[in-house]
Amino acid sequence: MADAVANTPGPVSIDPSRRARFAEFWFYFSENRGAVIGLFFFLFLIVLAIFAPLIAPHEPQAQYRDAVLVPPFWQEGGSTAFLLGTDAVGRDMLSRLIFGTRYSLFIGVIVTMLALVGGIFLGVIAGYFRGWVDTIIMRVMDIILAFPSLLLALVLVAVLGPGLTNAMIAIALVFQPHFVRLTRAAVMVEKNRDYVVAAKVAGAGSLRLMFSTILPNCMAPLIVQATLSFSSAILDAAALGFLGMGAQPPTPEWGTMLAEAREFILRAWWVVTLPGLAILLTVLAINLMGDGLRDALDPKLKRS
Amino acid sequence: MTAVLEARNIVRDYHVGGGLFSKPRTVHAVKGVSFSVKKGRTLAIVGESGCGKSTLARIVTMIDAPTAGELFIEGKQIDIAKDGLSSEMRRKVQIVFQNPYGSLNPRQKIGDVLGEPLKINTGVSAEERRERAMAMLKKVGLQPEHYHRYPHMFSGGQRQRIAIARALMLNPSLLVLDEPVSALDLSVQAQVLNLLADLQDEFQLTYVFISHDLSVVRYIADEVMVMYFGEAVEYGTRDEVFTDPKHSYTRTLFAATPRADVESIRARLARKKAA
Repeated sequence: MADAVANTPGPVSIDPSRRARFAEFWFYFSENRGAVIGLFFFLFLIVLAIFAPLIAPHEPQAQYRDAVLVPPFWQEGGSTAFLLGTDAVGRDMLSRLIFGTRYSLFIGVIVTMLALVGGIFLGVIAGYFRGWVDTIIMRVMDIILAFPSLLLALVLVAVLGPGLTNAMIAIALVFQPHFVRLTRAAVMVEKNRDYVVAAKVAGAGSLRLMFSTILPNCMAPLIVQATLSFSSAILDAAALGFLGMGAQPPTPEWGTMLAEAREFILRAWWVVTLPGLAILLTVLAINLMGDGLRDALDPKLKRS
Repeated sequence: MTAVLEARNIVRDYHVGGGLFSKPRTVHAVKGVSFSVKKGRTLAIVGESGCGKSTLARIVTMIDAPTAGELFIEGKQIDIAKDGLSSEMRRKVQIVFQNPYGSLNPRQKIGDVLGEPLKINTGVSAEERRERAMAMLKKVGLQPEHYHRYPHMFSGGQRQRIAIARALMLNPSLLVLDEPVSALDLSVQAQVLNLLADLQDEFQLTYVFISHDLSVVRYIADEVMVMYFGEAVEYGTRDEVFTDPKHSYTRTLFAATPRADVESIRARLARKKAA
């Protein structure tokens, strides 16, 4: 059998090892060029975030009072000391953008984790037990879904008080229903499969059935949804920041930076455009990556 | 010899909830079926699709509770609706499903598939679980190197062997086989049936064998029960039922079995020529 595996290159490998499974995954993932570009941009952002203090030329909070609203270096009046110019109080834009990566990725990770864990938990319970438990959970989720997401997040932040932590909690709560629905649907399909009944006959309890037998078979759509919410979380956090409800100044969060620079939009394009561009590129890259993941993980799209 | 399994007047009704345009109604899936199986014997339950065979299998395996009737396993009355189920009783009955492609968890290695029943029900160490799983793999005709593989790497017949091995890990006294060979091709069917017969001799197993394939039933059964719309229309030893079917449905069933021996093919050709 091992020889047969070695002699059949390409996607239809039956080698058990993790490496072979990854090779198969990569085969499908790399067919989508946008996804690969998105992945590399995302990796680049992670590197930026981790090594921000080493890469950034200035402190993100340091103010240079004699260099207020300096344009980027290629424009007249710009200097190479501030590659992307400075903002209204003389802080280096490039350094702030680099440090902003940290906040954005942090927001994405925390929000997605919160929504994913809570969503999986509720979804598995709803899909497994059905009945009134399901009804209660799903109606609550429907109520959350009925609100425009940003509006609900805004209300929640207004209740909890403005700040990055509260904004993240609010966004996670708003994203939760998508994960609950997805998990519930997948669990309901898997629940009636014979292998679940077999595990039940072998004596497995509800907890083991839910989280150890059924859940691993429901992960593919959840991974895709998680990637896509990662970008939406960054976008929503930026929106909340822009509205003054998210990260508070002088935090170099991209949305907050946009909000602070609003009044200079006509005089100094770079203070508004650059954070916006950073948000756009990040969200685009992650969405491309998520699309590629869906193509690679969805068995229905596999051609063998 | 004592009866391992005894069922008296098992009834199972399903209530189909009324939708917007339909009234709620009750479906009688099993209507008062009684039977008993002695240790080391095989009872075959035969019938067409939807006659309540699989419902009966789920009741005997203690997955679903019967609506009415009594079920005794090794002389003990079982009522999962009222008393729940102890893990000791759980171990006595195991099941092998029809579809070998759906009955194994795709994310679980074979070793874990076989070790799971032991892990849940007994306190044996990981080392011993592994040894016993290996031994069972050999017993059902697979190799020890299959231990670390995933279900999708096996053929249908191999998977059914794994499913049988899993069912036997807890040393059950009763094994319910829900059409275990109907998804396999003919040569593999014979292998699996022979394996089942060997295992029955070795462990003194009792089988409840559910099937719609009469040639398979004739091969493996000691007793035969024919079901028709939830009722047992015929119940007796294999020879009784096959040589002298009493009920008209049984006769229809036998007549519907295609015959592939040389005599009957010749007769059929002769009829064709005459027509």
